[in-house]
Amino acid sequence: MAKITYNTHDDKTHTIDVQKGLSVMEGAVQNDIPGIDADCGGGMACATCHVYVNEEWLDKLPAKEDGEEDMLDMAYEPKNNSRLSCQLIVSDELDGLIVNIPSEQS
Amino acid sequence: MNKTDVLIIGAGPTGLFCAHQLGIIGLSCEIVDNLDKAGGQCIELYPDKPIYDIPALHECTGEELTNNLLQQIKPFKVKFHLNERVEELKKVEDRWHVKTNGKKEFNVASIVIAGGVGSFEPRKFPVKESEKFEGTSLFYSIKDKTIFKDKTISIFGGGDSALDWAIELSNNSKVNLIHRREGFSGAESSVQKVKELHEQGKLNLYTKYQIDSLVGDKKIEEVKIKNDDGEIKDIKTEYVLGFFGLIMQLGPILDWGLNINKKTVQVNTENFETNINGIFAIGDICSYPGKLRLILSGFHEGALAARGCFKYAKPDEKLRFEFTTTSKAAQERLGVKK
Repeated sequence: MAKITYNTHDDKTHTIDVQKGLSVMEGAVQNDIPGIDADCGGGMACATCHVYVNEEWLDKLPAKEDGEEDMLDMAYEPKNNSRLSCQLIVSDELDGLIVNIPSEQS
Repeated sequence: MNKTDVLIIGAGPTGLFCAHQLGIIGLSCEIVDNLDKAGGQCIELYPDKPIYDIPALHECTGEELTNNLLQQIKPFKVKFHLNERVEELKKVEDRWHVKTNGKKEFNVASIVIAGGVGSFEPRKFPVKESEKFEGTSLFYSIKDKTIFKDKTISIFGGGDSALDWAIELSNNSKVNLIHRREGFSGAESSVQKVKELHEQGKLNLYTKYQIDSLVGDKKIEEVKIKNDDGEIKDIKTEYVLGFFGLIMQLGPILDWGLNINKKTVQVNTENFETNINGIFAIGDICSYPGKLRLILSGFHEGALAARGCFKYAKPDEKLRFEFTTTSKAAQERLGVKK
């Protein structure tokens, strides 16, 4: 288990124990955290699981694949700290990760 | 009014294979899809990407899979209604009347929703004022390029559509291409061409910029773009085009009284019927305990839903289980009887 904190657009904070091996997206969907659509189911094909990662975590995450960067072009208001949460796999290294869910996914 | 046994909503792999299963058991069907071609997500999201988990096909692309499925249903001469989105649903005695946004009407015994995660629609700009210009000076697709002649056009996006249109329109228009990063996802040759045009002064390129706001009364006069540091540039422009790919929207299906949870329709696993008798849901759009969002699951669901449709189409007949290998009736329907 690793603690992942999701800040939703309604200014609520949800800190969840997510099983290692699941994605940050799955952690949100399985725990009914609002604002993550994940239309394609985690296939890096839709950009509706878009999150903003807290700055201090940016360097600690695995680098983006080209496909993820390409999909982020399609996301709603992408920024430098944008990631697709389906591509962030929960591990001990991610314990304490804080992500912010955008106001919209499309 | 198109009268047929079953209306399939969605021409993705699941909908196509369901048409095959209906054909085998002797039911007729027609297929409606909002895209301009069959294939659904396979064609729209990953036509060239390989798929490795279709039974007995060790590798195939989304396009190959679609073509194979179309080939497989050829004997049934299924009628497709593309570029159409279902809007209205009405129960008339024991049949369903369905209307599309293009005013096509269907009279069917049952409906199979194989709509993926909804119908594909263009992704829009995040700025609010974009709505008021949409269709007049702001577009997400181009139907008539002649309106852009000798005008100034600002194109947003980094994929093939954005690049191709930037190149094409730069012949007769003043083009600004704006993209959020240095890299592009479109074809390398197009990226090179855009850079050449930029160097020759035939196209203005703004990378690491995104839209900030639109200025204008009835028509757009100016678009403001900003970079990551918050620096804002004003660009005079007559048209704005956005190419951010497609998003899937559930649309009018939401209003049909179906049990919907997290954008999926709940079904039973016996025949994939929804809470409304005569309406079935298969593929990515349906949910039930243990649901896997795989194409192969959609095939299974389609086979059972097709049989579920039988009693609505032919209430006085009994469906007998048969193998295509030995069933004379099935082989006749396939046109392969020797």
